Amino acid sequence: MTSSQIEVLLQTLISGLLLGGLYALIGIGMTLIMGVMKIINLAHGELMMVGMYVAFVLFSSFHVDPYLSVFVAVPVLFILGVLLQKFLINPVLKVEAIIPENQVILTVGIGMVLANVATIIFTSDYKSTPVEYATKAWYLSDIWKETPIELSLSMPWSVSFLLAIIITVLLWFFLTKTDMGKSIRATAQDKDAALLMGVNVERLRVFTFGLGSALVGAAGCLLLPIYYLYPDLGGQFTLIAFVITILGGLGSTVGAIIGGIILGIFESLTSTYVGMGWAPVGRFVIFVAALIFFPGGIVAILKRKRFGK
Amino acid sequence: MKRILPPVILVLLALLPLLGLSSYWMHIFILVIMWAVIGMAWNLLGGYCGQVSFGHAAFFGVGAYTAGILYNKAGLSGWWGLPLSIVAVTASALVIGFICLRLRGPFFALGTLAMGVILRVTTENLRSLTEGDLGIMIRERTWTEKTWYFYIILSIAASTYFVVRKVIESKLGYYFVAIREDQDAAESLGINTTFYKNIALCLSAVITGIAGAFYTNYMGYIDPKVVFALHDISIVTIMVVMVGGVATFWGPAVGAVIMVLLAELIRSIPKLGAAHHTLFGILLIVIIIFLPNGIVGDLPKLRKIFRLGRTS
Repeated sequence: MTSSQIEVLLQTLISGLLLGGLYALIGIGMTLIMGVMKIINLAHGELMMVGMYVAFVLFSSFHVDPYLSVFVAVPVLFILGVLLQKFLINPVLKVEAIIPENQVILTVGIGMVLANVATIIFTSDYKSTPVEYATKAWYLSDIWKETPIELSLSMPWSVSFLLAIIITVLLWFFLTKTDMGKSIRATAQDKDAALLMGVNVERLRVFTFGLGSALVGAAGCLLLPIYYLYPDLGGQFTLIAFVITILGGLGSTVGAIIGGIILGIFESLTSTYVGMGWAPVGRFVIFVAALIFFPGGIVAILKRKRFGK
Repeated sequence: MKRILPPVILVLLALLPLLGLSSYWMHIFILVIMWAVIGMAWNLLGGYCGQVSFGHAAFFGVGAYTAGILYNKAGLSGWWGLPLSIVAVTASALVIGFICLRLRGPFFALGTLAMGVILRVTTENLRSLTEGDLGIMIRERTWTEKTWYFYIILSIAASTYFVVRKVIESKLGYYFVAIREDQDAAESLGINTTFYKNIALCLSAVITGIAGAFYTNYMGYIDPKVVFALHDISIVTIMVVMVGGVATFWGPAVGAVIMVLLAELIRSIPKLGAAHHTLFGILLIVIIIFLPNGIVGDLPKLRKIFRLGRTS
């Protein structure tokens, strides 16, 4: 390999890693909801879209930096998630029907409404937030003068990545150190046992849906400075989140993080070496491969290692 | 009464073009019947066998593109797509089934959804074969009148109804319902669940594919965003069945009438047109919460509500 080829490869891997960090944050929200409630939220990407529009409105009318609007988008999305769970999803979980997948179809309906309402309010034009640091980057040659290869690190990408890591770490503390977090993990492991131990499962479900929505809303704010925004962008991210959960192992937070990073790197590789248009196909090749070769996801592989099987 | 109803409806529909309806209304009838066909196909897999597919656009699109590519590349009439799509769709259904049928419940739903998207993106990118985003245009229409299209889709619908009815009333149908109710129990009774799920998937896919091939010939233009559409094909298919009635013979037909008329009605009101997904979404939510088994399935419930309204 010549040095320029190495340069392209390393650059691709770096951007894949940065993308993967954001994907992981999107995936964690979905995997939490899936783990605790055993329901699939197909409105996940649309909720992220709502978060992005919250940040966009704050930016365009009050010039609030998209990163700061995390503090607004998170509570807004939390409340939205709580309301959706309380008034739409919970009633459906109680209804007897021939098809058990009713709640999945319900979340599709919710997603359709959210995307369409966004189209009506904001039109289907592509929007972006022109922040002044959007094109700034750090270069390897700035630190190391006689570097043989030149690498760059886009500033908004790396800031978003760092913030995604911070949010993930905070979530980890919440899930492992607080009572609420412990009850969430207990419910995910065994709902009935958790109920017997005095966990208010009903309230916890509502809270978890809110938390999952808040996380994906935060991911939306982090994505806004580096991506463009249009009302139908949700569907594609719902699928990404789903691929990550399958890849990582259902309901596993660690799996979602690793899955997100693998997906990000793989997607970045496909778009560099196969072609931009094929990146979504690469995503699903991973998905299909995960289903066929390691159905339990990454978590199952990790567990097998740990138990020495 | 119940026994003579299907032939009576068929005869009535067959006489319809004689009324001299405007070509707009013929178009609406053709769409309704096409959606009824797709709905019946989905119902076979989703309603009876319990495998909820979110990716029927995949089969619809493969059928449509079989006809389109035959016309565009092989220079054959697009109508050859109807018989030949059976081969193409069966092949794709077997591959999709191999990957997705190992998943259960909601995960199957999402697996098929992903398959629909994979096929759309592949079609968009395989420019040499499919013309990519440009789509395929059938330049010479077979008929300018809609009457023959109507009879063709009507005969497809009649045969679909017949096939679905025969399958569901045979042993196969009972296997399907057994798999839907409890897959493990069905397996323990010696039903080869994978095999029968594959049969249900293939049957359902083939019928959907034929509808897709018909669509190419009827509309004269296809592109990946239209025939592999997630919302406008896959989700509308589910809605047709959910609104009409899951696991009922007439549900998809009722659902198709309601959905197509509703879509046209919404589109004709200028301000409301932009919001048609919102209204569809709200309809879906309302149906799932209040009539989870659809209009036909929850008919007794509906009757009760209306009777209560009258007495009070």
